Amino acid sequence: MFLFDHMIISKQKDFNILLKKVGKGPVFIIGCSECATICGSGGEKEVLEMKEDFKKNNVLVTGWVVLDPACHLNNDKRLLKMHHKELEKSKKIIVLACGNGVQTVAEIINDKEIIPGTDSLFLGEIKRLTEFERRCEMCGECIQDSFDCVCPVTRCPKSMLNGPCGGSVDGMCEVDPDLECIWDVIIKKLSDKGQLDKLKKIMEPKDWSKSLVTKRSIK
Amino acid sequence: MHFKSNLERVLKKNNFAVTAEIGPPKGSDSSKITDKAEILKGCADAFNITDNQTAVVRLSSMAGSILLRDMNLEPVLQISCRDRNRIALQSDILGASSLGIKNMLFITGDHQLFGNHPSAKGVFDIDSIQLIQIVKNMRDEGIFQNGEDILARNPDVFIGGVANPFADPFEYRVDRLEKKISAGVDFIQTQSVFNVEKFEIWMDEIRNRGLYKEVFILAGITPLKSIRMTERMKFHVPGVDIPDDIYNRMKNSDDEKSEGYSIAIELIDKIKRINGIHGIHITALFWEDIIPKILEESKLLPRP
Repeated sequence: MFLFDHMIISKQKDFNILLKKVGKGPVFIIGCSECATICGSGGEKEVLEMKEDFKKNNVLVTGWVVLDPACHLNNDKRLLKMHHKELEKSKKIIVLACGNGVQTVAEIINDKEIIPGTDSLFLGEIKRLTEFERRCEMCGECIQDSFDCVCPVTRCPKSMLNGPCGGSVDGMCEVDPDLECIWDVIIKKLSDKGQLDKLKKIMEPKDWSKSLVTKRSIK
Repeated sequence: MHFKSNLERVLKKNNFAVTAEIGPPKGSDSSKITDKAEILKGCADAFNITDNQTAVVRLSSMAGSILLRDMNLEPVLQISCRDRNRIALQSDILGASSLGIKNMLFITGDHQLFGNHPSAKGVFDIDSIQLIQIVKNMRDEGIFQNGEDILARNPDVFIGGVANPFADPFEYRVDRLEKKISAGVDFIQTQSVFNVEKFEIWMDEIRNRGLYKEVFILAGITPLKSIRMTERMKFHVPGVDIPDDIYNRMKNSDDEKSEGYSIAIELIDKIKRINGIHGIHITALFWEDIIPKILEESKLLPRP
């Protein structure tokens, strides 16, 4: 069991939205043993339910795994290796974990389309550990698949959605020379995949009404 | 033909345009703007009034623009996304248009950590490309960002933006300009050009893609006043590219001001010859009175 300070509260995206993104598949489903399990958005139970739902819609599911937990890079590498044949057969991967878990998976799997299957909502308190990186601010509407699963809403100090500002120099951010320019990372990733065209579409202003700043609880 | 502004008229009639920047004061003394404007009268087709540039609190760009309007000078009102959300931005655009401001230039804005209020909360509700698209929709479709109709007169804005050909990742810079163009920008002012070689590579790609026919491009010019200023810009301002040869000329000169002046004249001369450039934008930081002389020698006066 992993001890940590906070729990990320997330909820599953509407299945029809996911179905549309998955298309014909085939799909591999990834869950998370910690937060997403506790809030019922991506534990084993939900992963298996989703597998059935895809089946009913004639989408092939090549396999599934519940990562332990999805935000743990080394554990993920080990567990995903054990599933590499099933992963190989898939074209799309749904990750039922928080926005950070999605990015950890995307750091390991570079040759498949990764689809966040939940919207991260807010941070709930638990307790303790040492080094962390902030990757998800739980905006309530996950759009990171537009950026190859690297989130600029959280990781760009100006939350720019349409490319880097004029202060990106040698891959570093103008705000802090020790901070990588996350747009530099996004562009390199997409450029390596020959998918820079993905950034041509103008991203509309974000819908902040999806964030839960005006609510205190969800049922 | 209907021109939204004098600047649009100059550009659309294929004249080489000149805009100049006036930075508002850290205080409410309007003469700090009107005195500079008096010096620059007749030297430029329009005058940018910056919006709390480098995140330092100054007299507002809206007020500065009105001061210019009252002197019969044409402002370019700068509006940044750092300090206002989409509600305030759209409201200011309507307000500015109601006061007769025709040119507006939209930027995401320098991060608040650079300025004199680093403890401020940045807004960044939307970015410059989104704002440009919102203004174009307000002007051409008569709708707000939420899709609702504008009820009483669309703002008639000549839409400006900026581009930095010297920032990284360099290979993405023209893509980003192309995105700004599809969002609806009419004219672009660039980061100050010192590295002409790199600027030409950027312009080559703009010509290859035919983009210079879709947007007016004004190259940034900043006369270097001293070695101190050169060093600050070279080493401390992100996204400014001062090549070593220019730096060394400033460093080894006995008369820094005159060296800086000569460099500016040479840069303008080179830039004027680049195919696809429609004008220059001069920013003379605390050295506005040199602008008339530079323009005279560059044969850019009188203005059309």
